[in-house]
Amino acid sequence: MGGNGVRKLTVEIDRRKWSGSPGATVLEAAAELGITIPTLCHHPGLGPYGACRLCLVEVRAGPKTGLAASCTLPVEEGMVVATDTEVVRRARKFVLELLAARPGCREVVARLAAEWGMDFEGRFARNGTASGPAGCVLCGRCVRACARVGAHAIAFAGRGVGRHVTPPFGRPPESCAGCGACAFVCPTGAAALKLTAAGVALPAWQAEVEWVRCAACGAPAGPPAALELPHGRGALCSRCRRRASIEGI
Amino acid sequence: MSAEILERLAVEGRRRLYPFRPRVTVGLATCGRAAGAEEVYRRAESEIAVRGLDVSLVPVGCLGWCAREPLVEVWRPGGPRVTFGRVRPEQVAEILHYTATGELGELRPLGHTRADRDLAGAELWGCGELPGPPAGVAPLDELPFFRSQVRLVMRHCGLIDPEDLAEYVACGGYRALERALREGRPENVIGEVERAGLRGRGGAGFPTGRKWRLVRAAAGEEKYLIVNGDEGDPGAYMDRGLLESNPHLVLEGAILAAFAVGARQGLAYIRAEYPLAVERLGRAVEQAREFGLLGERILGSNFSFDLEVVRGAGAFVCGEETALMAAVEGGPGEPRFRPPYPAERGLWGRPTCINNVETLANVPVILNIGAEAYARLGTPGSRGTKIFSLVGDVVNGGLVEVPMGTTLQEILCGIGGGPSRGTRFKAVQTGGPSGGCLPAELFDLPVDYEGLAEVGTIMGSGGLVALSDRTCMVDLARYFLYFTTAESCGKCTPCREGLHQMLAVLERLREGRAAADELEWLAGAAEMVAAVSLCGLGQTAPNPVLTALRYFGEEVRAHLEGRCPAGVCPALTRFVIDAGSCDGCGRCRVECPVEAIEGAAKEAHAIVQERCLRCGLCREVCPTGAVVVA
Repeated sequence: MGGNGVRKLTVEIDRRKWSGSPGATVLEAAAELGITIPTLCHHPGLGPYGACRLCLVEVRAGPKTGLAASCTLPVEEGMVVATDTEVVRRARKFVLELLAARPGCREVVARLAAEWGMDFEGRFARNGTASGPAGCVLCGRCVRACARVGAHAIAFAGRGVGRHVTPPFGRPPESCAGCGACAFVCPTGAAALKLTAAGVALPAWQAEVEWVRCAACGAPAGPPAALELPHGRGALCSRCRRRASIEGI
Repeated sequence: MSAEILERLAVEGRRRLYPFRPRVTVGLATCGRAAGAEEVYRRAESEIAVRGLDVSLVPVGCLGWCAREPLVEVWRPGGPRVTFGRVRPEQVAEILHYTATGELGELRPLGHTRADRDLAGAELWGCGELPGPPAGVAPLDELPFFRSQVRLVMRHCGLIDPEDLAEYVACGGYRALERALREGRPENVIGEVERAGLRGRGGAGFPTGRKWRLVRAAAGEEKYLIVNGDEGDPGAYMDRGLLESNPHLVLEGAILAAFAVGARQGLAYIRAEYPLAVERLGRAVEQAREFGLLGERILGSNFSFDLEVVRGAGAFVCGEETALMAAVEGGPGEPRFRPPYPAERGLWGRPTCINNVETLANVPVILNIGAEAYARLGTPGSRGTKIFSLVGDVVNGGLVEVPMGTTLQEILCGIGGGPSRGTRFKAVQTGGPSGGCLPAELFDLPVDYEGLAEVGTIMGSGGLVALSDRTCMVDLARYFLYFTTAESCGKCTPCREGLHQMLAVLERLREGRAAADELEWLAGAAEMVAAVSLCGLGQTAPNPVLTALRYFGEEVRAHLEGRCPAGVCPALTRFVIDAGSCDGCGRCRVECPVEAIEGAAKEAHAIVQERCLRCGLCREVCPTGAVVVA
């Protein structure tokens, strides 16, 4: 028993022991041991998703043995996991090669593979064009981040290989707040934030959001939704806001 | 008080089932309608009116012998009941003549029935020895199609009017519910189902009693019961048959399940492509509410439960429980990772019991005949009976119910009557797109969950597609991949991209353009996709390819060399007419959709290769077998 009466359990990852609370995932436990497992759809701020199937590990002993996605695999007492076996490497390579075959994704996936020290050959090409922004690997982080932020400006549409991320009906999204959360979490740069004269643009969604101008200095200050202030001071850019709070205006 | 309502309904139902005037029933489930039964029914209706006959004409569901639809049965007071198959509208007059006089004339009935039994197996009606059957009319249940069947769940399909609650109650309906509520111990119901050994009939085969126990034990006041009616395997229509023919049986099972697990609300998710099933179940729900079988304080007990019918929207993947729940919650039909399992955290995050339609239909049967009697049927690991939809190149296609452990041979040949096309059975496909093909050499295999898994396929929901030697296993594997790629939700990489690439290889194979190393890749990819996909769709979609490689490897490799032995793949097939066998009857010339056959009457015909589509129709219609694969 650990402190506070919380039950602790022990698992073995790459022959090292991890001890912690139930409810942790194997990915989290491995990270605590300093073991990096490549991921695409996982993001600590967004909750587990389990779609990319890159974070596969081999469960040698546990309720179910075999390959499993570590980001959604809860730790169980006595589990034995291996994160870098031949089987695991072959499976991850399989996933990467499939992603690289998506139109417009080869370079971006090759770059990620290199970062993770994974070897892969781009053995397929897939004909045709993919809907949605170039370089998108359908990890879903942008969609989840947008939902988390509360804008719900983009979502998945289509089925199978036709699946793509899009604002509703393919039109510039009305509810986009220009917050850039999608660009912030995108692992490939398919969703990117660009600054414009009037505010920001997210070309992936054809979104252009005019930023409110600072009531004090006139520079673009931020998206309207983020700048509602209770004291009726009007929108202030971050610099003027700091000055205002210091000077007590 | 509640027993009285049921008794009154039973009396009324018996009066309708066995009235003082003849009762004529017409099978009007979807199978019957597809065969033209609506026209037969309309003709009967108008003839009865015009002639002023005192006859009760009732639309019923599916008797199971779908290959013989339209099916009409005539019960003259006292019985026996006589069954007519492949009824054409022109025959209605003769059938009504028989109904009025007992004279068959030129009619050749399929068979006759002397007794009906209720859900518990007790005799509902019997005509004893007298009167004897019409001359030369065999007992229906001794015909090869019915002889080895054990129709417990489908017992009243095709007998009762599916929209008549009273007829269902007359057959013993809602007795099990009344007893269970009177005893007031959900534990007992769970125990009975556990002892019966019922396993999920939707394909996964998870022990039903155990699932109920898990939901009952889960933390939380609010629990849900979901009826999974999203039956999606091409060729499988067991659930459709049940919902269209005896929706109250399914409903009673659902209410019993809800009672067992402690759910107060439920919903039935029925695929939109089953409009008749949706309508019939909806009507059953309305009737149940009217008679206090659904809603507050059911049958006067402390148990309240209501159910809503919800339609799917055209996604095979929504048969997967987490995708189904996502769709009900208003999102796209995409699966979630498990754990957590629905029993713990399901719909709206609450403990949810999801059961397949056929699974629930088994529950009133088990409670009526008793767990011990049910468990005596089947095999130790797979108890009870299973409904299979026997389709494809088989003579007696339809919905058949047999004890688990019955061999494929018995089902395909004994019941099915052998191949309807080609010269022999080549294989049987089980479990739909999630299953595999077993060669004819394995037909002595007893059908149960474990036995089929061992040879590389699955029972799945019960679709059995008989395949003759006119089937190309590469083409068939391609067909299933075409289906699964179209239905893949696209969430996870291996299913979305992997199946797509696998399909591309099969397409090239079919055109004789595949290289040997692609075939090698295909085998490895199939294993990989199965091992790492997020949900059951991707995990099982490679099965048709895996079994094709395992059992028909030679045929697959022939395609590498540009040959299609079965004569199916258009790019690799050439049909020619053997002049020696051709008698010049000209049928092929007439049937050819593109007029690619030339020849004078009584002289050997020839195929014009440039025009030929390789559709194979000429080979199908040739009476002398003169059309051969070059």
